[in-house]
Amino acid sequence: MKRYLPFVIVIAVALAAFGSGTMLYHAKRPQVKNMSDSQSASATSETSPHVRGNPAAPVTLEEFGDFQCPPCGQFAAFAEELLKEYDSRLRVVFRNFPLPGHEHAREAALAAEAAGFQGKFWEMYDTLYKEQSTWSKAPNTRELFESYAGTLGLNMDEFKKDMDSDKAKERVDSDHALGESLGIKVTPTLFINKRPLETAEKNPEGVRAAINAALNGKSQS
Amino acid sequence: MTASRFRTFLFTAVALVAVAGLADATYLTVQALTGETLTCGGSPDCFRVLGSSYAKLGKIPVAMLGALAYFTVFTFATFAAFGYRRAPKFLVLVVAAMFLMTLWLLYVQAFLLHAFCRYCLFSAAITFLIAGLLIAVPPLQRRADG
Repeated sequence: MKRYLPFVIVIAVALAAFGSGTMLYHAKRPQVKNMSDSQSASATSETSPHVRGNPAAPVTLEEFGDFQCPPCGQFAAFAEELLKEYDSRLRVVFRNFPLPGHEHAREAALAAEAAGFQGKFWEMYDTLYKEQSTWSKAPNTRELFESYAGTLGLNMDEFKKDMDSDKAKERVDSDHALGESLGIKVTPTLFINKRPLETAEKNPEGVRAAINAALNGKSQS
Repeated sequence: MTASRFRTFLFTAVALVAVAGLADATYLTVQALTGETLTCGGSPDCFRVLGSSYAKLGKIPVAMLGALAYFTVFTFATFAAFGYRRAPKFLVLVVAAMFLMTLWLLYVQAFLLHAFCRYCLFSAAITFLIAGLLIAVPPLQRRADG
């Protein structure tokens, strides 16, 4: 029996490692629901999301993002490339999903919304991602956000007031609540024409393939 | 404790420590396969390390290679503990390769990425511990009566 014991031990550990890995994989695999028509960017309401690109584009790339999240910053640069590449065929939508683990993410989202009230949401969006490594670790984030607003030529009194306003908080909270209702846990979470992208698609080639598939689907229908 | 028993004890210790490394590497492999390493909000939030190009060899996550390596170490250490004569030689070769890979990954974290991931540091500590245990293994003594 002793002769076979090492084989038995090794096989048992292999099975245990493979089994626990598989269970963990299924438990951790993101299970995000499709967006309904009323939830997507086509819905118009007071809390309509921020849209970049042709508003009537056949393909909508919708992102739930967090301004303090480095992968979201990388995605922002990639989204800009996509907008140039697909031109009028694509629009990009941003939804706030500040994660609780990022201590300045919510304040950054409020700063972006406050800039949005003066028509400069995307300018602030670009600035926040460009300067992410600076403000993420700074103790005086509010001062930095105000300095960004100043650079963008915003009315500072309005900006400061709007950052603390219920209107800005409601916009951030409503985006976050929508994300939670869809089962979102991580950022960036991406949707193309209301369909969430799978893990395997979360790379430049995957996103492009999904956009192309959506364009083909639209042209056939 | 005789030298032979001490060898068995050390190989058993290596096998047990390798199981801890296997658990860590399996966890990181799952993170890579589910895409959590490319996002924020999952655990671990080690994006700068695990989301970097250094975390993959081709399309294979380095963590998966780590899991295979720890399993190999566990296998050879188990067989060595049961007295298989050739197992220690293979064990030393695998651990030497892992040691060099660990040095490279530490260099990448410290000097190229300027960021550390605690799960990767735990794996490095495990590899160093295994290497230390193997260095402490006394050479096999030939039986005087054999």
